[in-house]
Amino acid sequence: MSMTNKTEQKRMHPHKFTLWVAIGSLLMMFAGLTSAFIVKSNQVNWKPVTMPVWFTASTILMLISSGTMQLALKSFRERVMRNYRLWMLVTLLLGVAFVASQWIGFQELWSKQVTFQGAGAGQFLYVIFGLHALHVLAGVIVLIIMAIRSFAGAVKNYSPVPVEIAATYWHFVDLLWIYLFVFFLVVGSGQ
Amino acid sequence: MSEVLNQQAAVTDGAHVAHPHEQAHEHHHETFVSKYIFSMDHKTIGKQFLITGIVWAIIGGLFSVLFRLQLGYPEESFPILETFFGEWAKGGQIQPEFYYGLVTIHGTVLVFFVLTAGLSGTFANLLIPLQVGARDMASPFMNMLSYWFFFLAGVVMLSSIFVHTGPASGGWTMYPPLSALRQAGDGQKLGADLWLVSMALFIISSLLGGLNYIATILNMRTKGMSMTRMPLPIWAMFFTAILGVLSFPVLLSGAILLLFDRNLGTSFYLSDIVVNGEILPNEGGSAILYQHLFWFLGHPEVYIILLPAMGMVSEILSVNSRKPIFGYMAMLGSLFAIAILAFLVWAHHMFVTGLNPFLGSVFVLLTLLIAVPSAIKVFNWLTTIWRGNIRFTPATLFAIGFVSLFISGGLTGIFLGNSTIDIHLHDTMFVVAHFHIVMGVASFFGMFAGVYHWFPKMFGRYLNNTMAYMHFWVTMIGSYLIFWPMHYQGLAGVPRRYLDKRGWVSFNDFADLDKMITVVSIVVFAVQLLFVFNFFYSIFKGRKVRTQNPWGANTLEWTTPINPGHGNWEGDIPEVHRWPYDYGKDGREFIPQTEPVSAQESKSH
Repeated sequence: MSMTNKTEQKRMHPHKFTLWVAIGSLLMMFAGLTSAFIVKSNQVNWKPVTMPVWFTASTILMLISSGTMQLALKSFRERVMRNYRLWMLVTLLLGVAFVASQWIGFQELWSKQVTFQGAGAGQFLYVIFGLHALHVLAGVIVLIIMAIRSFAGAVKNYSPVPVEIAATYWHFVDLLWIYLFVFFLVVGSGQ
Repeated sequence: MSEVLNQQAAVTDGAHVAHPHEQAHEHHHETFVSKYIFSMDHKTIGKQFLITGIVWAIIGGLFSVLFRLQLGYPEESFPILETFFGEWAKGGQIQPEFYYGLVTIHGTVLVFFVLTAGLSGTFANLLIPLQVGARDMASPFMNMLSYWFFFLAGVVMLSSIFVHTGPASGGWTMYPPLSALRQAGDGQKLGADLWLVSMALFIISSLLGGLNYIATILNMRTKGMSMTRMPLPIWAMFFTAILGVLSFPVLLSGAILLLFDRNLGTSFYLSDIVVNGEILPNEGGSAILYQHLFWFLGHPEVYIILLPAMGMVSEILSVNSRKPIFGYMAMLGSLFAIAILAFLVWAHHMFVTGLNPFLGSVFVLLTLLIAVPSAIKVFNWLTTIWRGNIRFTPATLFAIGFVSLFISGGLTGIFLGNSTIDIHLHDTMFVVAHFHIVMGVASFFGMFAGVYHWFPKMFGRYLNNTMAYMHFWVTMIGSYLIFWPMHYQGLAGVPRRYLDKRGWVSFNDFADLDKMITVVSIVVFAVQLLFVFNFFYSIFKGRKVRTQNPWGANTLEWTTPINPGHGNWEGDIPEVHRWPYDYGKDGREFIPQTEPVSAQESKSH
C-alpha cells in the first residue's frame, strides 16, 4: 500500500471553491425572488415603483468600494500592510455608507406611500434590496474581523487566501447589486 | 517532506488537522466538549446527525401512529391520548386541529430532519472524507456550524409542539393562503411562524453542509482518486449536494415572502380573501407563485432524499455479492440525468392548479423521462447481484429491499406523472402510497442498509444480527402491508389528509382495511424501536470489530484504523490505483483500491 501526501488536482483552494459554490447558491435565491417578481407583475392591480435617487448614490458607493477592495488586495499581495489596512477601512466605511443610503432610500419610498399595503413592485423592492443589504452587512462584519486581525493579530499571516475570498465576495455583492438595480430600473418601473 | 505535509495541513484547515506524526502520538489535547459536542471531526458530526435524526424519526413515527389510530378507529376513544395531549385529544379522540398538526409535523420532520439531515448529513459526513481519502472536510468549522444550525432548527420545531395553539398545521407544503392567515385556524398562529423560522435555520444548515460536501469531493481527493475512481456513494452525495445548494435557496426565498405576508401585511401570495365574513385588504397576490417556489425545491428534495440511498445501495450490493458493480458509468450517467431532470419536473405537483394544459404536457414528458435513468439503475442493481456470491448481511437485505420498494413505488409514479390520470388520483391515498414507498420507505431502507454496513466503522462494534434480521423482515413485510392497500383506496377516490371518512358510504368498505393498516403501523413502529435499542446497545455492548476490513471491501475507509482518530489515517494517506469495484477478479475475492495494478492483471473497467 503506497502512501501519499498529494491530493488530486489541487488547482483552487477549497475555501475559495466553497465560496464560488455559495455564490451559485445565493444567486439561486435572488433568481427565485426576481422570477417571483416577474410572475407576480402579471397579476391584477400591479403597481410599478420608481426608485429614489438615493439608490443611485448606493450604486456609486458600491462601485467605488469594489475598487478600494481591489486596492486592499493588491497592497496585501505586495506586503504593503499600511496601505492594506487603509483600503480595508475605506471599503468597510463605504459598505456601511451603502447600507445607510439603502435605509434612507427605504424611508423616502415609505413616505411616498410605497408600503406593504396593496400590490406592487415596492413590496418586492423592500424584500430583495433588504436581503441584499443583509449580505453587504455580512461582508462588512467580515471586513471588521479582518481589520481587527491585521491591527491586533499577534500571528503574522501572509497567506492571501482570506483576503482574496473577502474580495471575491465583495465583488459578488457589488455585481449582485448592479443586477438588482438594473432589474428594478427596467422591469420594476413597469410599462 | 515536511513542506509537503505543511501544504496538506494548510489545505485542510491547519489548526485541526495536525501533522500526521503528531496525530499518531495524540498530540493535541481534546476535552469532552471538543470531542463529542462542538466537534469538528467529520465522523463525530456524522454521528451527531445520525443520532439527532433517530430522535426525530421516533417523534415523526410516533405522530404517524397517532393519526393512524384516528384513521383506523375513528369511533374509538383512547383515554391515554387525553392524558398526554389534554384538550388536543378531548375525550380520548384526536381533535381536527391536532390531527392536521400531527400530519404536518410528521411530513416535515421525516422529509427534512430525518431523510435529508439524518441521511445525507450522516453519510455524506462520514463517507466523503473517508472514501475520497481526506483528513476532514474542506471546512471543518462550517461543518460543525451545519450540525448546530440543524440542532437549532430542531429546537425551534420541537418548541412549536408545546405552543398553546399547537404546531403548524398547513401540511408539510405549507400552502398559502391557509398558511398565510392567522385567522384561518389555531395551527396557523405561532406554530406556523415557528415552522418557517425552523425551516430557514434548516436551510442554512443544509447549505453549509452541501457547500462543504461539494468542495471536499472536488478538491480534497487523495492522489490517484480521479473522479471516475470514486465509489458510487460519493457520486450520489455529490449530486445530492448540488441539488440542495441550488434548490434550497429558492425555498428560502419562498419562505421569506410567506413570513412577510404573515407578519407585515404584504400580498405576495394573497388576493381577494374573505375570512369569517371579514374582507381582507390584500390584493394582487398569487398563491400559485408559492407553489412554484416550493416545488422548485420540493421536487429536487425528493432526489436529495433518494440519491444517497441509491449510492449506498450500489456500494453495499457490490461488496456483498462479491461482484463489480454492473455499469459504473451508466450508474453515473443515470445519477446525472436524474439530477438534471429533478429541476425540470416541479410542475407535475401542480397539474390541477389550473396549469396551462400544454405546459402540463411538457412536464408530463419530462417526468416520464425520469423512468429511463431509474430503470437503468434498477437494471444495474439486479445485474450486480445476478449470479453473485451474495452474503445476506442485514445491510444486503435492506439494500435488496430498497430495490424492491424502488421498483414498486416507481411504477406508480408513471401513473401519477400523467396529467390526465392525475386529475383522478391527485390528493388521494394513491399519492400517499406512491411517495411513501418510493421516497420514504425506500430511502429509509437505504439508510438502514448504510447504518448496518458502516456501523463497524462508526463505533468499532457490530450491531446485533438477530435483532437486525427481525427488524428487516417485519419492516419489509409491514411496509407493503401498510402502503399497498392505500393504492386501492386511492383508486377508489379516498382523499388524503381527511380526519374521518365515515360520512362517505362508498368509503365504508375500507374501514377494516384501515384498521389493518393501523395495526401493522403499530407493529412496524415497535420494530423500529427495537432497531433503536439495538443501535444504542451495540454502541456500548456490541461485538467488537477485530479486523480492519470486516466486509472485505475495496474502498479507502477500511484502510483506516478500526477506531480512527481525527485525521483518519495514522501516517500518510494511502494512494489510490484503481476503481473501487474489483471484486472477484483474476481469481481474487477483492482487490483494494490502494493496490497498484500489476502487469499481468486482466483488463477490466
